[in-house]
Amino acid sequence: MTVSIKVRYFASLKELLGRAEDTLEFDQGLSVADVWAKATQLRAMPENTLAALNMEYVALDCVVADDDEVAFFPPVTGGQYD
Amino acid sequence: MIKIVPSEFDPFAEVQAYQKKQQALSGKYGATNIFVGTMRDFNEGELVKGMTLEHYPGMTEKQLDAVVQEAERQWALLDALVIHRVGDVFPDDVLVLVVVWSVHRGDAFDASRFIMEALKSKVPFWKKEILADDQSRWVAKNTEGYL
Repeated sequence: MTVSIKVRYFASLKELLGRAEDTLEFDQGLSVADVWAKATQLRAMPENTLAALNMEYVALDCVVADDDEVAFFPPVTGGQYD
Repeated sequence: MIKIVPSEFDPFAEVQAYQKKQQALSGKYGATNIFVGTMRDFNEGELVKGMTLEHYPGMTEKQLDAVVQEAERQWALLDALVIHRVGDVFPDDVLVLVVVWSVHRGDAFDASRFIMEALKSKVPFWKKEILADDQSRWVAKNTEGYL
């Protein structure tokens, strides 16, 4: 079965890849790490990259399903208020 | 209540307006802890003249809500209000407001600190600084909150 997902990139990752999102279609059973590899043509994932699946933090081995939204971003830094 | 706002706001007017609206607080709260975070004009030894705060609409609210709910589990809180700015900001702009109402001061102080520290490590906000020479840089780490 083919699944369709949305992939979103934020902050420095968005600049690195030159786009904010992708829509991907592939056979089911792929992990979040596989999604990165497919979306970026096997580009090395920057150190400390965080991943979210449907707006919850997940590990890279988490498997995605149809209609999921996967996001990749650098560590969060809040505002400049300390 | 949680709000993400794209333009300037007056934190003290927000506190007053919200507190007035929350009838359930009347007569019950003995402590109100108010934290206001403001943008500095320096970071890591350099002058900073502006900053863009990026967020992940949807996930930011969801994670912020989870942080406040966790605080409500750990401390006896009557109410909480968190407002966070996004978009282009400048030195002296208010970036975040955290208000906690409780019966006694200990809960308000501790929950407020918890919300701020958790916000900075879990809620998706990223900051890109614009330096004096117009170069920009993504901020890679937070200042330690417990120094």
